[in-house]
Amino acid sequence: MADETKHPLKKVLMICAKGSLEDVLATLVMANGAVMEGIETKLFFTFFGLDGITKKRMNKLHTATVGNPAMRMPGGLPFPTLLGALPGVEAGVSAMMRKQIDELDIPRVDEFLEMIEAGGGEIYACKLAVDMFKLKKEDLADEVKDIITIGEFYEMADGLQTQIIFT
Amino acid sequence: MAQKEYAGKMIDIDDNGYFVNSEQWSREVAQAMAKENGEELTDKHFEVLEFIREKVKSGESLTIRSIGKSGITDIKGFYKMFPGAPLKKATLYAGVSKPSSCV
Repeated sequence: MADETKHPLKKVLMICAKGSLEDVLATLVMANGAVMEGIETKLFFTFFGLDGITKKRMNKLHTATVGNPAMRMPGGLPFPTLLGALPGVEAGVSAMMRKQIDELDIPRVDEFLEMIEAGGGEIYACKLAVDMFKLKKEDLADEVKDIITIGEFYEMADGLQTQIIFT
Repeated sequence: MAQKEYAGKMIDIDDNGYFVNSEQWSREVAQAMAKENGEELTDKHFEVLEFIREKVKSGESLTIRSIGKSGITDIKGFYKMFPGAPLKKATLYAGVSKPSSCV
């Protein structure tokens, strides 16, 4: 007979490597959800994902209007890629996305980071990417616990019932 | 439907242990539920539970964020008061249904 014992998730590590509004928010919703479930949660922001924890940028993230096949006009018609390339279109679409997200009572990025930290989640920045983008610790959100290497991040995945998610 | 006895009262519960009828709730029942987990509820805990009951009754969405803005406690405090999965635990003790929000 198959063993039906359940082994609920105890620890989750997430890697966010992309910096669009929806990529960062997806990571934050999943991370905050894990914290809310009492799961030990650690987040690692790397490459363009760093925008999600960079003070100057984190509340102004954009949604790509070019090269995004799921992009639609209000009403559901396809969104022509050439239209997305016009100046100001991406900014306008992004502002509209942020407004709709706000209406759903989903917090802004800075507040999300606060909530995750308040619940005991830990937020890290990737050393390689921080060096590459010439950032300093003070450029990053106060909730960022440390700037670490990917090796140090893997070391944190040291228990049973642990998962790593790449978003 | 499953029933469970808390503080001498039979409570109708669902598969996850949540109240089916929120009217069966009382402070004594909540205290007995907490005791089962080795916890004791203070007046502050009850303030949060009453806040949750009000919110749910009025049909508003209940999020961890709304509790953080309740003025009773901040989010950090909420995690401390109901360790583990705070929103799940607090709604359980508050005698309302399981929370359905993602944030």
